[in-house]
Amino acid sequence: MANTKSAYKEGFFAGMPIGLGYFPISFGFGITTVNLGIKAIYAILISVTNLTSAGQVAGISVIAAAGTLFETALTQFIINLRYSLMGIALSQRLSPSFGTVHRFFTSFFITDEIFAVAATRKCPVTPSYMYGLATLPFIGWSLGTACGAIIGSALPSDITAALGIAIYAMFIAIVIPPAKKDKGIFCAAIFAAALNCLIKYAPLPFNISPGFAIIICAVSASAFASLIAPFKEDNTE
Amino acid sequence: MNKTLQYIFVMALVTYAVRMIPFVLFRRKITSPFVKSMLHYIPYAVLSAMVIPDVFRIIGAQTPQDIIPAAVGFTVAVILSYLERSLLTVAVFACIAVYAAGLVF
Repeated sequence: MANTKSAYKEGFFAGMPIGLGYFPISFGFGITTVNLGIKAIYAILISVTNLTSAGQVAGISVIAAAGTLFETALTQFIINLRYSLMGIALSQRLSPSFGTVHRFFTSFFITDEIFAVAATRKCPVTPSYMYGLATLPFIGWSLGTACGAIIGSALPSDITAALGIAIYAMFIAIVIPPAKKDKGIFCAAIFAAALNCLIKYAPLPFNISPGFAIIICAVSASAFASLIAPFKEDNTE
Repeated sequence: MNKTLQYIFVMALVTYAVRMIPFVLFRRKITSPFVKSMLHYIPYAVLSAMVIPDVFRIIGAQTPQDIIPAAVGFTVAVILSYLERSLLTVAVFACIAVYAAGLVF
């Protein structure tokens, strides 16, 4: 039992920087969501049930554009498909005590950052460690969204507009540093941005909604980058 | 169930399924180098497509008065990211830049 407790504690503290980092990102998500005319309570509900940044932002743009439920599902599938790969990678590092029931619960908390910390832990990952690790990121993500959505509804519009760039700025800060060193990431980012502009501004004979636009960009840009600079290393993301 | 709740339900269900199913069931490794490579690049492609061009529309209508502050904020975010500042620093200064540019233009 003492072992279980210390594993939880170890995970809890390892999750602290992630939780602190999530707060401002989800604060931006909360603001962006209410700026799109979606109620604060729904913004909070999305964060509590999804726990992912990119998928949620794509989701609210589909909601705001009144897209179809099929489009919603396909968008989430493509954008969050990386979690499947992370789940597979993480499943190779679990302790024998990690039963199926715990896998059902802990899989909900697989995010880029939680995966990165868990997968690089020196000893095998136990359920207690995973619950500990997920605690503060989950709280930070939910609380940040609530604060952003509620404060965002109350502030004057020029201030919420300025705060609305926060989540985009953080996405930029996630992409640019690795793109400086990795040609494939650079190609994927440029290709995706250029193609998305083309889809949105070129006079096409048919209308492509934002969710499908992201799917088309993600798949073709990553295929393009994989042709130009195939990613070989087996290291974790 | 109202329409917004239906969207949220579908989002949560699909997001949970892509996390849970492989984590519970999968017992072997992906071998296709091309698929592995694509999965590596997808997150960056997604983030990039979500930023551009939507970041220029953060302020309602698409008049020059609305696009310029967004473009200023975008530029500040790109420069600070290139200098590898923390996510929080980049976000805070981008917000300040948008607000300041809104006062000037």
